[in-house]
Amino acid sequence: MEPKQFWILPLCGLRRLWTGSQRPPNLPVMGRYFAKRLLSLFVSLLVASWVIFFVVEIAPGDPASFMLGINAQPDTIAALRSELGLDQSKLARYISWVGGMLTGDFGTSYTYRTPVAQMVADRLWVSLPLALFALILSTLIALPAGIFAASHPGKSGDIAVMSATQLGIAVPNFWFAMMLVLIFAINLRWFSAGGFAGWDAGAWAALRSLTLPAIALALPQAAILARVMRSALLDILGEDFIRTARAKGLSQRQVLWRHGLRNALIPVLTIIGLQFSFLLAGAIIIEQVFYLPGLGRLVFQAISARDLIVVESVVMLLVFAVILVNFLVDLTYALVDPRLRGTR
Amino acid sequence: MTLLDITNLSLSIGAFPILRDVSLSVQTGEILAITGESGSGKSLTALAILRLLPRCTQVTGHLHFEDQDLLAMSEAQMCDLRGGQIGMVFQEPMTALNPVQTIGAQVMETLQQHSTLSRAEAREEARRLLTRVGLPPDRFPLSRYPHELSGGQRQRVVIAMAIAMRPKLLIADEPTTALDVTTQAQILDLLRDLVHDYGMGMIIITHDLAVVADLADRIVVMRKGEVVETGSTPQLLAARRHPYTERLFAASKHRPTLPARPPANPAQPPLLELRNVVKDHPLPRRHLLARAEHLRAVDHVSFTLHPGERLGLVGESGCGKSTLTRAILGLEPCQGGEILLHGTPIDPTGLTAQQRRKMQVVFQDPFGSFNPRHQVARLITEPFHSVTDAPVGQERSDLVAETLRAVGLTPEDAHRYIHQFSGGQRQRIAIARALITRPDLILFDEAVSALDVSVRAQILDLLAELCTAYGLSYLFISHDLHVVRSMTDRCLVMQSGRIVEQGLTEDLFADPQHPYTQRLIAAAPVLPDLQTGAA
Amino acid sequence: MSRSLVLGGVLTGLVLMMAALSFVWTPFDHTAMNIPTKLQAPGAEHWLGSDHFGRDILSMIMVGARTSIAVALVAVGIGMGIGVPLGLAAAAKRGSWLDEVIMRANDLVFAFPSLVIAILITAILGAGAINAILAIGIFNIPVFARVTRGAALSLWQRDFILAARVAGKGRARISVEHILPNVANLLIVQGTIQFSLGILAEAGLSYVGLGAQPPVPSWGRMLADAQTMVSLAPHLALVPGSAIIVTVLGLNLLGDGLRDWLDPKLQRGRT
Repeated sequence: MEPKQFWILPLCGLRRLWTGSQRPPNLPVMGRYFAKRLLSLFVSLLVASWVIFFVVEIAPGDPASFMLGINAQPDTIAALRSELGLDQSKLARYISWVGGMLTGDFGTSYTYRTPVAQMVADRLWVSLPLALFALILSTLIALPAGIFAASHPGKSGDIAVMSATQLGIAVPNFWFAMMLVLIFAINLRWFSAGGFAGWDAGAWAALRSLTLPAIALALPQAAILARVMRSALLDILGEDFIRTARAKGLSQRQVLWRHGLRNALIPVLTIIGLQFSFLLAGAIIIEQVFYLPGLGRLVFQAISARDLIVVESVVMLLVFAVILVNFLVDLTYALVDPRLRGTR
Repeated sequence: MTLLDITNLSLSIGAFPILRDVSLSVQTGEILAITGESGSGKSLTALAILRLLPRCTQVTGHLHFEDQDLLAMSEAQMCDLRGGQIGMVFQEPMTALNPVQTIGAQVMETLQQHSTLSRAEAREEARRLLTRVGLPPDRFPLSRYPHELSGGQRQRVVIAMAIAMRPKLLIADEPTTALDVTTQAQILDLLRDLVHDYGMGMIIITHDLAVVADLADRIVVMRKGEVVETGSTPQLLAARRHPYTERLFAASKHRPTLPARPPANPAQPPLLELRNVVKDHPLPRRHLLARAEHLRAVDHVSFTLHPGERLGLVGESGCGKSTLTRAILGLEPCQGGEILLHGTPIDPTGLTAQQRRKMQVVFQDPFGSFNPRHQVARLITEPFHSVTDAPVGQERSDLVAETLRAVGLTPEDAHRYIHQFSGGQRQRIAIARALITRPDLILFDEAVSALDVSVRAQILDLLAELCTAYGLSYLFISHDLHVVRSMTDRCLVMQSGRIVEQGLTEDLFADPQHPYTQRLIAAAPVLPDLQTGAA
Repeated sequence: MSRSLVLGGVLTGLVLMMAALSFVWTPFDHTAMNIPTKLQAPGAEHWLGSDHFGRDILSMIMVGARTSIAVALVAVGIGMGIGVPLGLAAAAKRGSWLDEVIMRANDLVFAFPSLVIAILITAILGAGAINAILAIGIFNIPVFARVTRGAALSLWQRDFILAARVAGKGRARISVEHILPNVANLLIVQGTIQFSLGILAEAGLSYVGLGAQPPVPSWGRMLADAQTMVSLAPHLALVPGSAIIVTVLGLNLLGDGLRDWLDPKLQRGRT
């Protein structure tokens, strides 16, 4: 093994856990796949940063006068211009923006006069746990429901699950959130109607204030995921190799768990990856319903205050999260699907 | 001893009856062949034995395996039986294995399902089994994935799984249909050996009567869900009592009457000439900066086809014959050499309208060859696209009608859609599409491979007829030696991109020179000569 | 015809008719305020009740349907109009740099969820229905491009495409004549799905104030207005919410039904 390939070893270990394979994997092939994905991660990030920078650049008129509004004094505008570095060339500004973000310097918010990085970090501790909480909930609900429906196709249980998911997809999550507040916070008083206890108040209190928002986010997504799980599993159960496995003497159940599930996981993983981005974005709206001090509220405050620096950074951060998650999903594919690891 | 006894088995899916009163039996150590054309219900009979039928299927009758009533057994008992006492091999080796599991794990699964072997013992046994089916672990470690094996190798894995528990009965459903002829011969030999060694009974389901005659002790002929005739192989080959059996055998042996091969005329340029044609396929790069590598799909191929001649091109899958077809049709540029039509080279950027008009093609797949949204008239006049003086109006519809009649259809068919036709009729429409520009040369790319024998015989007759009527030359590309032998005057044999042998068809088949040709001809199962009129 | 096709068709038809009717008739002027009759529960005068300004909710729902439908429909149009040609081009030139660029650009747009795009656009251009359309429409482009490319790729493998090429037809012509008609079914189904997603997205955007601005009524903003009063007058949230659910449910059922109905595999049995 060449020394430079050692970095794949953790991945191989994971793979071994997964497949129980005894043989060392084909390192050059896996490395090529990994390198290709990594390259595409960087290209995506690069292009995304261009797009965001470009969009903010084409803001009507000068960003400084845009941020300060119509009645601003010329000298305040000039001061902001030099503060924003608008007197430099576009290229220099882009480089200093990207360079800053790479070193953790997201600039200084114009309205709050605090470093954006600090503001974002505080809010991230609300938004990210919320999205993850919802993702876990959604997966925990959807996969069993989808598997159950697929193992009884056409039966009443399947029809019930499918009807429930059909309805679940149609429900807007923020409306569902309002209904949850009405029932569980206002009428039953099990949860508070909004606000965030903060992590200082203890993990339990913090999670408690994230529970209703997470449910509101998770259920509509779970409906989609359950349908994907079901149709992926049904597709796989129609494959020839399932019949081969049945001819070996495996029962319908064994076939489903041993052969169906892992093959069906490939499309399901894609959707889970995509859902993370929906959940992050969805979290922005849900934060409005529950008055949670997350990225969403930050971004809306920044928009109404015309604080472009904050908007630019938060959007870039969200996009980075989404691209990163999709990269991780791509890597999991290689664990699940040996065909991506190439032939020897 | 009677291993399996089926009496009056009837089966329907929903309201549609599929099998009617099927009766057959298999003895220990016996190879029973079930044969028939598509739609005869032979595969469903096999699935019925294992009770692996699709949902909504109703079964009546008696299915006895040894002294057990299969229809009365519980699902758990059936699971013990499947893979334990009855093994099954399926048609499509490419999809019959789980793509995300190693072959070792899949063979071990059968063992562990039916025994209390430890993991290590099962692994050892799987090694032994894979060696037995011709995949020794030093060359094919248990940790291989299916996508790393060829079709024939995958079929060996499926067989290893099926025989792992030394079942008393092995059911093989078209086990070699998707394989090349040399691989087919090896797999059939393996199955025969296994039946002999293990003393199993075997049911082999196949449409190929040559395979049946070669392998089976007894034959069951089915048609449209019914058994039309049963008999021991020698008996059935000697005398076919049922007219359908007679027709089936006749169609398999059928040789259309071709017009005589035109005398060579040195003054006339060849109709088609290939000079050192080279065609590469790019391979995926090893890493980003690696030099692009190529697979040489067609390697310095040269041949000529004279006017009025029927030339065959034989080869197994992957030998480059499809790539060559595309190159001749000007669909993909070549990396070297020249292709001349009527003495004029084909422009690497594509054929001229005149050249397109003179050369047409018929493809294999009768179902994928037509846009389902167009009517027949529009479908078969598509070759006029680039022709500037194409007939229009009444003249055009007359031509459509005439061409449809020429291929045995009616002018009214012009306004129907493709899904309203059977596979054989579709292939006639494909021929009409090739014929409509009145070409000099038609390429047939496996054009009869997807058809049932009786339909195939009719299409071959039609081709012979058209050849005389329209003065056509054919280039007949196929893996089927029998078809090439009965349809061509001269023949080329292709292996790994090269023409390894060529000559007059009868000479080549009677006395093959190249070792590959010899192997190919020896591997192809041949239906023995039948005594006609003995019945 | 399946049950979901009929049910979906009926629900969608009802919503469309309601929106059409609002052009000629609504029970009240949807902007007319009447403080004395504010926050009325559904009853004889206001069939679906009145809001905190005494405006008639049914009238607002009817006019709001126009906004939702218009935004979602135009967004689907943008997605199809740009996405389908891109998908066809990518499939026609499979593996070329064009294919690569189109697909990478698609991935990139996927990395910006529609809400993030909307936030960017509104941060720059300000909030409004047009910008909501843009945000949802941009997100529809890669969806249609992907669906078209996927279906087109498998069609390009078919022999009838080869036959067309033998006849001398170019890739563009084949794409229009042979590929497009055969992916149309799929696009119709995807269109209804994106339409329903568009309704949901529009509601979400106007809920957070990034969609249609007052006085143009929209279901999402009705919900935003209802939020503080939901314990006093639950119907303020229930009615617009139900309107959204019925519309989206109807479109999804219609899409499912159409998928089965237009499926050529099932079609063969029918003819």
